Amino acid sequence: MSDLQQLYQTIILEHSKARHGSGDLAPLADAVALGAASCLRVAESHQINTSCGDEVTLRVSLGSDDETVTELVWTGDGCSISQASASILTDTLRGLSATEARALLDNFREMLRSRGKIEPDEEILGDAAAFGGVSRYPARVKCAMLPWVAFEAALLGAELIEAESH
Amino acid sequence: MTSSAPSSAISPAPRAQHPELAPLTNIDVERIRNDFPVLHQTVNGHPLTYLDSGATSQNPISVMEAEQEYYEQRNAAVHRGAHTLAVEATEAFEAAREKVAAFVGAQTDEIVWTSNATEAINLVAYSFSNASLGLGGPAARRFSLGAGDEIVVTEMEHHANLIPWQQLALRTGATLRYIPVLDDGTLDLIAAADVVGPHTRLLAFTHGSNVTGTINPVAELVALARKFGALVVLDACQTVPHLPVDVTALDVDFAVFSGHKMLGPTGIGALYGKAELLAGMPPFLTGGSMITTVDMEKAEFLAPPQRFEAGTQRISQAIALAAAVDYLSETGMRRVHDWEAQLGQRLVSGLAEIPGVRLLGPGLGVERLGLAAFDVAGVHAHDVGQFLDDAGIAVRVGHHCAQPLHRRLGVTASTRASTYLYNTTDEVDLFLATLAEVAPFFGVTR
Repeated sequence: MSDLQQLYQTIILEHSKARHGSGDLAPLADAVALGAASCLRVAESHQINTSCGDEVTLRVSLGSDDETVTELVWTGDGCSISQASASILTDTLRGLSATEARALLDNFREMLRSRGKIEPDEEILGDAAAFGGVSRYPARVKCAMLPWVAFEAALLGAELIEAESH
Repeated sequence: MTSSAPSSAISPAPRAQHPELAPLTNIDVERIRNDFPVLHQTVNGHPLTYLDSGATSQNPISVMEAEQEYYEQRNAAVHRGAHTLAVEATEAFEAAREKVAAFVGAQTDEIVWTSNATEAINLVAYSFSNASLGLGGPAARRFSLGAGDEIVVTEMEHHANLIPWQQLALRTGATLRYIPVLDDGTLDLIAAADVVGPHTRLLAFTHGSNVTGTINPVAELVALARKFGALVVLDACQTVPHLPVDVTALDVDFAVFSGHKMLGPTGIGALYGKAELLAGMPPFLTGGSMITTVDMEKAEFLAPPQRFEAGTQRISQAIALAAAVDYLSETGMRRVHDWEAQLGQRLVSGLAEIPGVRLLGPGLGVERLGLAAFDVAGVHAHDVGQFLDDAGIAVRVGHHCAQPLHRRLGVTASTRASTYLYNTTDEVDLFLATLAEVAPFFGVTR
């Protein structure tokens, strides 16, 4: 496989078109109210890559009692790496506990920042391991990280809702 | 010490027998390329194909030697000190101003050094701002803006020629208006006649678009501004490096350009301002080297251009820029323009043959700069750029600091190939052939 094929693995190109979890987001206030009625804390984060304009808005629904990431929806525009990353993120993190999701995110970030030195662990990362090739392209690490940074911020936002309600 | 010393290292390569008569050919361009060491390298296993001169151009050896020679032989602060090096540095610095002024058809004192075109535009905007606060006395009154006054820009501006005016409007209470862009990426001149009116105090527009490659009708826009007594600021960043520009003949009030886009170093640019206008303008940056007498409470300022050049100047960069101007002059700006026009048309006609590629801006046969920005259906510009880079081809991707224009043309980002005097037709053809492989690689079928 050429470097370029390592970067743009088939699964990435497929996800960039399939866009799992992507859709029109209802107004946040409505989603928050609806979530509260079903014991869910809903928060979102909008991230933009200023160097190229890639955008992702990711919305997290976190169980009020069991800390489970029950739903992830997003909307965005950008390169195949950023959009595929959002799609794979929703498949990978949905259903995990907040703690598990954070651990996986840390692993993903460490691998991406390793400049190709850390082999992605498929056991941990699943399909997100396909972004291993990105770590050799420092200019593209931000693209792959964009939805994950949005997830991190939205998760924190959802957790703060609990803090306020107590 | 002679004032021509900084340009003594000009390579003989571009000196054709009759530079005014003989158009550049690929053979000439191959010789020109020998003066640019950076072009002779391998990127990702392929010879570098540099098609990003619209963002920043490469430097010929003579420019780098001029800068090195300055540091090796005459480095000193200018306009202060009486020792020999200080005198030599000042002479070389001012000789550079004279040379750059002549290159754009200005008087020497009409050229103010800045860090780049962005700073030059901000200089004008903040001078207006200061005049609006009452600084500069009666002479500066014509630059004073307030509620009811209008600043007019266009929808195709680089952010550098938009945001300083947005901010000036916010500071002064003036209103910012804009001339819209048509579907083909050219200005709507019919609408312009409605936008520019009796309240217009300032009209700022680009000479050539860094995205669409459109060259705007300066005479028509200047005439429109003159009808209402408005001042004209011309962003000449994409034209001064690529075609003969005479700011006096164009009759604009101000013009700006950047050295690094015209074979010069980074960190140097210039503001052209008509002498009588500069004379009435209050300064933007203040401090040393721009004053006559200073009290604890107040100061008197020098005449232009020194009034606008506070602090230690970009001496080596100015001298190196003069060497770049020598290189361009000896090649001949008409020849540079004609060669790039040919490359521009080759780009446009080649892009038209690639399925799914949509050119932004005017099509084949219409005058344009030697650049082309485009959209590849189904493939994001960032991915297009990555694919080309893998083949050693450097292009610009993104919004090229022109978000409103991209929005107007219905895209969020585009890919841009921009040429210069050192690009060959083979490079353009290689770029086009590689671009044709992009959609299939990303699985976009049509």
